[in-house]
Amino acid sequence: MSTQTLAYDTAGRNAYRRVWARLFHTVFLCATLFGIVALAVLLITVGLDGLGRVSWDFINGYPSRFAERAGIKSALFGTFWLMGMTAMIAVPIGVGAAIYLEEFAARNWLTKIIETNINNLAGVPSIIYGLLGLAIFVRVMGLDRSVLAGALTMALLILPIIIVAAREGLRSVPPSIREAALAVGATPWQTVRFQVLPPAMPMILTGVILALSRAIGETAPLIIIGALAFVAFVPDGPLSSFTVLPIQIYNWTSRPQPEFAQTAAAGIVVLLAVLLSMNAVAVILRNYFERKRKW
Amino acid sequence: MVDQEVEVREAEAPYMRPILPVTHSETSLPGLKMGAVTAADPADEGSVLELKDLNVFYGNFQALKDINMSIGRHRITAIIGPSGCGKSTLIRCLNRMNDLIPSFRAQGEVLFEQQNLYSRDIDPVEVRQRIGMVFQKPNPFPKSIYDNVAFGVRINGIKGKMDEIVEKSLRAAALWDEVKDKLSQSALALSGGQQQRLCIARAIAVEPEIILMDEPCSALDPIATLRIEELMRELVSTYTIVIVTHNMQQAARVSDFTAVMMMSEERAGEMVEFGDTREIFTNPKDRRTEDYITGRFG
Repeated sequence: MSTQTLAYDTAGRNAYRRVWARLFHTVFLCATLFGIVALAVLLITVGLDGLGRVSWDFINGYPSRFAERAGIKSALFGTFWLMGMTAMIAVPIGVGAAIYLEEFAARNWLTKIIETNINNLAGVPSIIYGLLGLAIFVRVMGLDRSVLAGALTMALLILPIIIVAAREGLRSVPPSIREAALAVGATPWQTVRFQVLPPAMPMILTGVILALSRAIGETAPLIIIGALAFVAFVPDGPLSSFTVLPIQIYNWTSRPQPEFAQTAAAGIVVLLAVLLSMNAVAVILRNYFERKRKW
Repeated sequence: MVDQEVEVREAEAPYMRPILPVTHSETSLPGLKMGAVTAADPADEGSVLELKDLNVFYGNFQALKDINMSIGRHRITAIIGPSGCGKSTLIRCLNRMNDLIPSFRAQGEVLFEQQNLYSRDIDPVEVRQRIGMVFQKPNPFPKSIYDNVAFGVRINGIKGKMDEIVEKSLRAAALWDEVKDKLSQSALALSGGQQQRLCIARAIAVEPEIILMDEPCSALDPIATLRIEELMRELVSTYTIVIVTHNMQQAARVSDFTAVMMMSEERAGEMVEFGDTREIFTNPKDRRTEDYITGRFG
């Protein structure tokens, strides 16, 4: 009886359905490949152009008017300084804000307004943050074109990303865990500190690193606040002036001499290497915390 | 002795047969005997919790209406009733777990040692340390078995050798023999029943006076359920236990006193009958109780 029904159905209808299934399979595969192929082409061209130029002298050298002598040390250290300080400012504030919103804030209209605003801030163009940084940090606070001014600006830029990611991490911890902790007499803070934060850590860290990865490639806000393209020294403190990798690369690509194209490609290779190492650190940290979590 | 007990009860109330599983009583459930011979009055050993005209609201919705009851010291009090009648709301009022719900509001009194748990100067954190809770779904922390038990002890700054406290608590929860060789393993590797006993050990470790259990067996299989029930009978000599259950057999098996809750017409939970478990199950005074325990609805 049931086989009869099947036999009736199989003839045309299933073949028709299978065509559609295969069609969409192909479409989605192409969609996936599009990004990967583009990335591969980019990496290969940059690699071919720049890899030969990457050497210890290049990494350890300061910028120069001559393409073959130009090095990237000041930009590389500028990036390290900027990223380190941005993280030091943005992570505690961002995670703190996320903990407040997720664990402590009353669910009222004020919280809703704050939440909506944070989500909107994540979409504000970075150049706006640059203008803000210029007005507040550089001019009003008188920090001048310093690493600190840049880090504060970058921190503003990535705060919304960190807050959103950290909130998602906190929300991934089931409410039953909070109840369990409270039921043995933990204070709300002890509950967050010892039972909610640790399992949320992998997701929070991933968000932080992704946010920093976005910041590392940002150029516009730093140009606005006046990070310089030609810096022949390594920053010696938070108030030192500085440049960063993308600005240095941008500067090289805009030089008329064709040799600088190669130097720029080498700079891109270094930038990508830094970026990939950061992501690797993120993966390692995440795995470490996940193993500790025992889930 | 036990057989006689049960026979008498059967003679009195023939419809009880499906509700009280007679076969378990002699061997596997020493608890039943204790439950069956308990004296009638909750005030016997004094009551540890007194609820006076407790009304609970979620926003404008009234969830509990004029609840009055007293929880006897070293007794098991069961709260039964159909789904949605406010059993869980009621038990969560007893250690202020409901505070977590923003729209929650309580009127009336929950007296614990002559103090109203809902008065302004009471710290809910201290309340929860002295009145522990075990939840419907086992919810161990994603940590080692040892750390699960030790957490509450640590944060409350309880003095003593941690290893001893952990062992004592696990023994009291009848889990020690099964886990003593793997204390550093993840609690989540345990079976559901073991996890629930671990949660009981975790509650015991902070030395509460009362343990609240919100349907502690609803996620467990019958054998694990029996073990928890046996455990409850053992624990009640040291602690006071309040259990919410939608399983009438369970209430009949383990509890000394039973509160029957129903939904009123405005959907607020009210208590229709409260008294000695035997009395409730054999000779219910309220028509609705009788209908409910004989399975006519709910």
